[in-house]
Amino acid sequence: MSIDAGARYAESHEYARQEGATVVVGISDHAQAELGDIVFVELPQVGKVIGKGQNFGTVESVKAASDLYMPIGGKVVEVNAALQSDPALVNKDPYGAGWMLKVEPTNLSEMDQLLDAKSYGKTIGEE
Amino acid sequence: MNAAAVQEPLIFELSVEGRVGCALPKSDVPHYELPKDLERETLNLPQVDELTLVRHFSRLSQKNYSIDTNFYPLGSCTMKYNPKANEVAANMAGWRLSHPLVGEKYSQGSLELIYRLQASLAEIGGFKAVSLQPAAGAHGELSGILMIRKYLLDHGETKRTKMLIPDSAHGTNPASCTMAGFVTQTIPSGPDGNIDMKALKAALDDTVAGIMITNPNTLGLFEKNIERIAALVHKAGGLVYGDGANMNALVGVFKPGEAGIDVMHFNLHKTFSTPHGGGGPGAGMIAAGKTLAAYLPGPTVAMKRGKFEFEMPEKSIGHVKAFYGNFGVLVRAYSYILLQGREGLRRIAENSVLNANYLKAKIEKTYPVKYPHSCMHEFVAMGDIAPGIRTTDIAKRLIDYGIHPPTVYFPLIVPEALMIEPTETESKATLDMFVDAMLAIAKEAKEEPELLHNAPVTTPVGRLDEVLAARNPILCYKD
Amino acid sequence: MPFIANTDADRKAMLDAIGKSSVEELFADIPEKRRFPELKLPEGKSEQEVLRELADLASRNLTPERKAWFLGAGAYNHFIPAVVPALASRGEFLTAYTPYQPEVAQGTLQSIFEYQSMAAELLGVPVVNASHYDVATALAEGIIMALKNYSDRTEVLLPRDLHPEYKKVVELYLEPFKVELREYVGAPEVAPVSDKTACLVASYPTFTGEVYPLAKAAEAAHSVGALFIVQADPMMCALFKSPGAQGADIVAAEGQCLGNPMNFGGPFLGMLGTTTQLMRKIPGRLVGQTKDSADRRGFVLTLSTREQHIRREKAVSNICSNQGLTMLQTCIYLAAMGKNGMRTVASLCYDKAHYAAELINGTPGYKVQTNSFFKEFLISTPIAAEEIFDRLVKRGFVPGLPVSRYDASKPNELLVCVTEVNTKSEIDSLAQLLKEVAQ
Repeated sequence: MSIDAGARYAESHEYARQEGATVVVGISDHAQAELGDIVFVELPQVGKVIGKGQNFGTVESVKAASDLYMPIGGKVVEVNAALQSDPALVNKDPYGAGWMLKVEPTNLSEMDQLLDAKSYGKTIGEE
Repeated sequence: MNAAAVQEPLIFELSVEGRVGCALPKSDVPHYELPKDLERETLNLPQVDELTLVRHFSRLSQKNYSIDTNFYPLGSCTMKYNPKANEVAANMAGWRLSHPLVGEKYSQGSLELIYRLQASLAEIGGFKAVSLQPAAGAHGELSGILMIRKYLLDHGETKRTKMLIPDSAHGTNPASCTMAGFVTQTIPSGPDGNIDMKALKAALDDTVAGIMITNPNTLGLFEKNIERIAALVHKAGGLVYGDGANMNALVGVFKPGEAGIDVMHFNLHKTFSTPHGGGGPGAGMIAAGKTLAAYLPGPTVAMKRGKFEFEMPEKSIGHVKAFYGNFGVLVRAYSYILLQGREGLRRIAENSVLNANYLKAKIEKTYPVKYPHSCMHEFVAMGDIAPGIRTTDIAKRLIDYGIHPPTVYFPLIVPEALMIEPTETESKATLDMFVDAMLAIAKEAKEEPELLHNAPVTTPVGRLDEVLAARNPILCYKD
Repeated sequence: MPFIANTDADRKAMLDAIGKSSVEELFADIPEKRRFPELKLPEGKSEQEVLRELADLASRNLTPERKAWFLGAGAYNHFIPAVVPALASRGEFLTAYTPYQPEVAQGTLQSIFEYQSMAAELLGVPVVNASHYDVATALAEGIIMALKNYSDRTEVLLPRDLHPEYKKVVELYLEPFKVELREYVGAPEVAPVSDKTACLVASYPTFTGEVYPLAKAAEAAHSVGALFIVQADPMMCALFKSPGAQGADIVAAEGQCLGNPMNFGGPFLGMLGTTTQLMRKIPGRLVGQTKDSADRRGFVLTLSTREQHIRREKAVSNICSNQGLTMLQTCIYLAAMGKNGMRTVASLCYDKAHYAAELINGTPGYKVQTNSFFKEFLISTPIAAEEIFDRLVKRGFVPGLPVSRYDASKPNELLVCVTEVNTKSEIDSLAQLLKEVAQ
């Protein structure tokens, strides 16, 4: 189970990785493995401002749909359009090509409230 | 060659230009022009001759399992035999050709049938009044929850926006609450498989509109505290909705209306034997006690001076569908009740509960049953009985034994759930055949697991790629 | 006992296996005072007796078998080819369950796919579900789809001339929602759409039979960012431009007229369809095409995460069953009629209705009120329509629906329906009788 060392994690398995002024948001490798083959990802409109812990979309497999929650609050500046035609990117490369949102954070200090890679690894039972 | 094994083309693929399926009479009146700007240019429907049509659908039917051909121990669905007499009854010209708007004077046959069925079901359930308007169980649920909503609003209770729902509930329960504008709160089940009374008491406050209870619940267990639960909810100012999907265990044995249930639906396509038709139509009778009887959806039928007429219950929520419910289904249910009579109805419950307990006793050493206490008409076992084996594998392998799988992965509170409901119409011989198959599969699971993983192999298609179907939905034919 | 195979000997053997001595013991969990209550119902009867009793009841209904029939208004007397009941009543279709295990339900699944395809062609939209209870509930849920599409729009524009039965159902379904139902009169293209509008609803045709073109209405709705919903007669769509082709985003229709008997109002067939954009928001079952590991084509229920068994309180709708059998009957009917048969049936209805309208319009005291119609039109009558109805029934004719049934302020209006089943001779006689009763 891979964990991106450069990202921080919510307990609900979303990650947030700072890249300059924006933060990239997606779900962890552990989360995609639990969901199984992903068939659809519903993402918000660009421009929407969503608070930390609020629902920003859903990720669906054949037999389940899971809500997605913002690891930090902010304005959505970009969504990954490639997921519309190839939702499997989330399974194949959750930290890279399977990214979901790019967000302008309202309050960067919210990153500190998230788990770092090592602590997240402990919660999911990894070394 | 067995038709079931050969791939059947789509009706469009059988189409040939110029073929005529049904000959129509020539026009005996002048021709009139269509409005120019609204004339349709092309209509790409198939063209097949009658024999091709007949073979196509006949062959398609042969790819199905059905009650007429296979045992279907589907928990919560009550797949009992659909009597052919009901079909003859429903197809009588006086029913089939009757028009809903021809007028009460000219529809006394239909109105009397509705009236008598209302009365029979009220008696069976122990309720004051019945409406036969809902077209399905879920439709009945929505009706009942809307009745509770209106009652509360009529009494100025605007704070009560929450419905309590046990964690074992069928998905339609919370979905119906959402459609009726309520939020839901889940009440956990206790270690005995019944609603956890402590959790229930803790949840009862002045924001609670009521509770939805299925009895027996989806674990196949009778909710022993049902009357106490109803009393507690009433005391807290809420109302009690009864989901009657499992009524097959209780006909003639227990009247939910006497235990404090305010409003309840029955599924006529479950307990009352109307055919499932590949997914419907059903009918979802809704019954109410004295608190909510005035709120039933209408119109219902009343008898006045020997004549039958429509009436809207005094505080009716209104119309849940056009006209009068799925009348064609009601005829079948009424025919069934006449055939059974009071003795027959009780034997349904007795035999369905006996059949389920027999199956449980024969397989529980091999397939652990989460709540091994005596069950009612169904029980929940678990299918992960060997390394690498899941309930799906057991289910798919049963197909190779000619048996439809039980309900799988429901209720959600039992992992790897297999919900088994034989119904009363199955013989001991069929039940023994099912037991033999389940035990044989258990042996294969340990010794030859590949047989389960590759199953089914005796069907027209094997396991289908559902991921592909959901990622790239193809929902209609494109030529 | 009817339909119970087990004998007392079987039951004894089963009780032994369970370790109980009587069936009553299995009900020990039920409080004793509530157990085995008396059922005040008659004893069971034989099949012979039951069928005789039901036949006697059925004979008290008035049907088109004994009268010339001109009554429609939401339930239509069309000819149903013999192949439809013959094939749909096959046990493997009739007694099959919902196709949750696709390997043993390819018959049901493929026929649903074929129905979806033919309905999509007819209604002009690419996505049609496996059916709803009837057009009223399909329309109500279509409107709810539109409301959920917006976070800040609550207005729904409904035609005043929507079938009263459908309007009542829509009103009930929308009660729990924050919504403003506003009625408009006349053509949908002049309805007062604004940026508060979630959807503009049009009837095609209206309750009184009026056929309004839809394209400009679609444009008007779309120009303010609203959705356009059409409630349509599916048989009319064989001859007239489909709602989808004219810009409808959601289409609801009543499939009873396509191969299903009138059955006193149910079970009917709610047809509901939409665009690809709204595909994941439509309620009801959807069947999709796929393949197995041996590359064989097969069909499965798909996009199931919309549905209650997975999404529970967040499901798009609570709907669980579909109208499987009535959907199958419509599927077989459309396949039997085919491209040419559907156009012929629709033309016969159109021509016969227009012939009837011409004759009635020429009858003193009567006037056709509908301008552009398909198979149903409104006439004004010289005496009360209910009076005409009763008098004509005595003469072997059911002339139509007295509108006063729904609106007491309109005693002299009659809604007349003509289908392919009505002969010229019947139509001539109808006009003649209308003339006689007015004198």
